[in-house]
Amino acid sequence: MVELADLKTVGQPNWCPGCGNFPIWHALKMAIVELNLEPHNVVIFSGIGCSSKMPHWINTYGFHGLHGRPLPIATGARLANNSLTVIVVGGDGDGYGIGVGHFIHAMRRNLDITYIVTNNQVYGLTTGQTSPTSDKGFTTKSTPTGVIEMPINPIALAIASGATYISRGFSKEMKHLTKLIVDGVRHEGFALVDVLQPCVTFNRKNTYEWFSERVYKLEETDHDVTDKQAAFMKSLEWNNRIPIGLFYKEIRPTYEDELPQIGETPLVKQRIEDIDIKSLMDEFV
Amino acid sequence: MENNGLSWKIGGEAGYGIMTTGFIFAKVCSRAGLHVFDHTEYPSLIRGGHNTYQVRAEVEEVYSHVKHVDLLVALNKETIDKHKEELAPGGGIIYDRDKIPLSKEDLGRDDVKLYPVPLLKLAEESGGREIMVNSVALGASVALIDFDFEMLSNVIEDIYRGKARETIEFNIRAARLGYDYVKNKGMEKDFGRKLPKVGGKKRMLLTGNDALCIGAIKAGCKFYAAYPMTPSSSILHTMASQERNFSLVVKHPEDEIAAINMVIGTGFAGVRAMTATSGGGFSLMSEALGLAAMTETPIVVAVCQRPGPSTGLPTRTEQGDLKFVLHASQGEFPRFVIAPGDVEECFYKTIEAFNLAERYQCPVILILDKYLSESHKTTEQFDVNGIKIDRGLLLSDEELEKIREFKRYEFTETGISPRTIPSQKRGIFTANGNEHDETGDLSEDKTIRTKMMDKRFKKFEQAEKEIPEPKLFGPKDADMTIIAWGSTKGPVKEAMKLLNRDGIKANFLQIIYINPFPTSTVSKIIETSKRTVIVENNKTAQLASLIREKTGKEIKHRILKYDGRQFFPTEIYQRIKEVL
Repeated sequence: MVELADLKTVGQPNWCPGCGNFPIWHALKMAIVELNLEPHNVVIFSGIGCSSKMPHWINTYGFHGLHGRPLPIATGARLANNSLTVIVVGGDGDGYGIGVGHFIHAMRRNLDITYIVTNNQVYGLTTGQTSPTSDKGFTTKSTPTGVIEMPINPIALAIASGATYISRGFSKEMKHLTKLIVDGVRHEGFALVDVLQPCVTFNRKNTYEWFSERVYKLEETDHDVTDKQAAFMKSLEWNNRIPIGLFYKEIRPTYEDELPQIGETPLVKQRIEDIDIKSLMDEFV
Repeated sequence: MENNGLSWKIGGEAGYGIMTTGFIFAKVCSRAGLHVFDHTEYPSLIRGGHNTYQVRAEVEEVYSHVKHVDLLVALNKETIDKHKEELAPGGGIIYDRDKIPLSKEDLGRDDVKLYPVPLLKLAEESGGREIMVNSVALGASVALIDFDFEMLSNVIEDIYRGKARETIEFNIRAARLGYDYVKNKGMEKDFGRKLPKVGGKKRMLLTGNDALCIGAIKAGCKFYAAYPMTPSSSILHTMASQERNFSLVVKHPEDEIAAINMVIGTGFAGVRAMTATSGGGFSLMSEALGLAAMTETPIVVAVCQRPGPSTGLPTRTEQGDLKFVLHASQGEFPRFVIAPGDVEECFYKTIEAFNLAERYQCPVILILDKYLSESHKTTEQFDVNGIKIDRGLLLSDEELEKIREFKRYEFTETGISPRTIPSQKRGIFTANGNEHDETGDLSEDKTIRTKMMDKRFKKFEQAEKEIPEPKLFGPKDADMTIIAWGSTKGPVKEAMKLLNRDGIKANFLQIIYINPFPTSTVSKIIETSKRTVIVENNKTAQLASLIREKTGKEIKHRILKYDGRQFFPTEIYQRIKEVL
């Protein structure tokens, strides 16, 4: 059995005290334990940002790559070895800003990847600028007179892009979040876990209190997670009441399912010595 | 021009099957046992615009295209206007009399032969569509060089395999009508350029890109991701066509950034992977190139150059990106840059690229250009004996058992640290694009930083000793030493033939490994040369500049061309004569 101690690393997180990343970090570790995933069969990919340092502090394989690019890197690794559990962690700037193109394409692709977005609606590591999910009017160093454009709605975007597991958690609801991650990993296909993650240093608007007053659990309503239209309507709720939980789920063949080349043996296990190219050369005669 | 060779060119509007027609003619010549080199020129559009396909076929090995044309197939008048000056004395033009009224007076040349063939009429007679004028012209061409019709019909069958039976039969019928028309009029006797058929082993007819794909597949590349960009796109097409045959995964993702990052993820997970692009796509890949270097992940990137800057001349050729690939991405890190010069080298150097990438755990760049990527050359089947797959320091589970604490970026004598791949129980680590310590953990410690930089560069001290010496073709004591890289190899070798004919002794230093640079050998050769000249398909003589940086030696003479077209051998020959 995998235990929390197995996931312990020498280094410890250096996030600000009270950072919304701590509960997400805990939830991810608890999910790995609950799923009983052996650490050497898990890879956590991340981009660049405060939360993207997370792979260093969980004792699984990890890849701390480039800003906005963890999804393509994870895609390559998953196609190379489809027996691995692939989890991606990154912030809202990483996934919904610079990496939004990859985000959309990863969802329509439906690889078996779980994507946790630590969404604090602000750029933290670069000391407080607007993010793609910042509310309209939000003032930051890069928007001193307030954000003009509308925020990205990641849930609505995921529904439109064909993701097959679309959920939202909240840092303060760690158990709830753990379950969303566990179900996301169990889900065969692309799972989005968008997490409301208060930034205690640079976002004085969307605080723990602000969220606590607004969030409610979809599980406690009669929301039907197979109803795409209902999920979309729920995704539009924001200012007064904010739903968390599973918005939408669908069973669709994964990208890997459609590749007979890796149906039996992952690429990484396929022998590459002595590949016979005679027939290929003959094609050119 | 000797009688044992022919330079054939077809020209017409894009959309009239010029490329397929040219390729069929090239294949007919290749299967006749002749050595073939072909070359296409086309603008960046799908319909309209002027396309040409030139096929050079000879008994002796040929390395490049030539300026002259012996037989011109003009599907439109523009072809005649544009290319009549290229016709060699005694050359001929096949054209459609009904569409192009033509006389030697109009042409302004009385030393060429006119072969009016009712292309359109015969195409219609065959029951096919107008577009089949190209097949009629093929039949006429093959008749003029006095080959058997079956040689052509067999190739048509093979090239059109998979198409509707009706389409194949229409094309063969159209070709037959063109063939018979020429024979009935005895035109082949008038042309008098019967091409010999040479027996022996059948050669392949393939491009640099084709050879690169075969090399990649042989090397065990199991994952290929790329975004279409001329002239690299045919690699994507060929790799995709072999997906099921060789159990590859081929991905055309949303952009080049995704492509290279997927390749990095694949390399990290222990699978050989490659991407290819042209300069524009490589610009987008630059950041990730540094990621591969920093995380010490093996990747292979082929850069098929075309003229820039920006979109430039999308379908033309240039060698303008050498310094770009040498320096792309922020920071300092070692990378291999390898420049194959011909089809055969594209195969062997690609295999070597995969071995080097894994042995040194770093990015390897193969640099080609449109001329090499898209020109077909007859080549013997590759010798696969002696090809080794060297995966470098990949730790086995047994080896890991013996290691007390695995450190992915351990400081070692060679700078190369043994690596593990995900799923290995005792090999857990986090690859890190940030500076890191031996375990991969984030570190901004100044001592560690310096040691890590040194470690990464140390790998190249070993690599410098290991790379093969550059090739010197021709006599040691020459009047002129030509220095070049990449696809200019072909025209340079042809120019040497011409110089030798004039009794001029020239040799040719081909630089294949550009980074690490073979400094001492190049330095010695320049020192002992009577005269040196650089031949480059760019504006600023980038290799000459690199040679000066590495050796302190200046190449005095420069033959440069940057009009988007490859050198003709005669251009190099003439400009070298001017220098001497």
